[in-house]
Amino acid sequence: MWVNQLSITKRDRVLFDNLTFSVDAGQLLYIKGPNGAGKTSLLRVLAGLSAANSGDVIMNSTNMSSSEASPSHTPSVSNTVYFGHKLGINSMLSPVENLQFWCQCSEITVTKNQIYDVLAKLSLVGLEDVPVSNLSAGQQRRTALARFWLQPNASLWIMDEPFTALDVEGVSVLSEHIHQFLCKGGAVIMTSHQSLDIAYPTTELQLEYRH
Amino acid sequence: MSGLIALFKRDLSVAFQQRSELMQPILFFVLVVSLFPLGVGPESAILQKMGPGVIWVAAILSSLLGMERLFKDDFQDGSLEQIILSGMSLPAVALIKVLVHWLTSIFPLILLSPLWALFLYLSEPMYWALVWTLLLGTPILSLIGAIAVGLTVGLNKGGVLLALLLLPMFIPVLIFATAAVESASLDLAYNGQLAIIGAMFLFSLALAPFAIAYALRVSQT
Repeated sequence: MWVNQLSITKRDRVLFDNLTFSVDAGQLLYIKGPNGAGKTSLLRVLAGLSAANSGDVIMNSTNMSSSEASPSHTPSVSNTVYFGHKLGINSMLSPVENLQFWCQCSEITVTKNQIYDVLAKLSLVGLEDVPVSNLSAGQQRRTALARFWLQPNASLWIMDEPFTALDVEGVSVLSEHIHQFLCKGGAVIMTSHQSLDIAYPTTELQLEYRH
Repeated sequence: MSGLIALFKRDLSVAFQQRSELMQPILFFVLVVSLFPLGVGPESAILQKMGPGVIWVAAILSSLLGMERLFKDDFQDGSLEQIILSGMSLPAVALIKVLVHWLTSIFPLILLSPLWALFLYLSEPMYWALVWTLLLGTPILSLIGAIAVGLTVGLNKGGVLLALLLLPMFIPVLIFATAAVESASLDLAYNGQLAIIGAMFLFSLALAPFAIAYALRVSQT
């Protein structure tokens, strides 16, 4: 992924302009900055959810954020897994139903047993068929994080504060999984206010709060 | 394609789990239509004259009641983000969501319609004209309504704005639908009005999904 001269303005406030960087396979990009600096906005643009004011996000030589792109055009993002502030989990449905639905949408074929295995890794044994509204905040986030185990063809993970609300054990399971993914040649872009505990070379990008 | 089928099934099962919200538009409709004969009096001539209009106005208002929920949950819990990112065709997604909404909140009204025909002394030709106009006309309400819902889903209080935006758009459907039933009451042919409603339906079916998809994309910015 290559980002060229990206600028984002929100409510007349320039979050950042002329941001240029690249993320290659096997690279961990760690975006830092205070609240309101534009970390989430940047990740949403990188994921292809919203458009930048100017600049390009080029992924596998397709431009994802060109302003000429037609609105009904969906960028091909099947090799990206995005985890944002909103979990993307319906609270009426159980973790298994939610994940099955997500896999079917993303055209991933998984068996129910694979989903059960992933949920077991995330210590959600016994809660697989309970409506998500009955789970705690951390358990709901674990359910959403299970996506990172279920997409085998991903080449890029975009994670917005993945460690929030996780307990110590959850953080270590997720860190370990991120480490494995990086070693297999995947790229990770993440924000976090915690210090990273991943034994892997990290590229840092510091965003500043601008008035 | 399998994703769209999964979406259809998921939306149906979510809709049936929210039973009170599912019943709300249907109950509203039944109440309005059954209170009218009590309020106006049991004179068959008056009821027959007003009946089609009452049923159509009640149908429009009750469809507005359930409309706001169309994308709200998916927007708030972030499912919409994941659906957009999954690479499924967004206009097709929009069409599926509108279809589920129509099936769960408007189709039951049409199924109940023999009952209201009795309440309001509709003659048999009027009844059939009414069912035809409802079958062709209510999908227009859902399709056009979904555009406005998509546009206002990012706002916290979109409800009033939604009604203001949509009611003027629904007036043509209302006029042609009641005109069709009135022709039927005089034993005249009403396929002209039906054809116009059908044309509006096909037009909105062809274009609305793209407008909804655009509105949903905008809502993410």
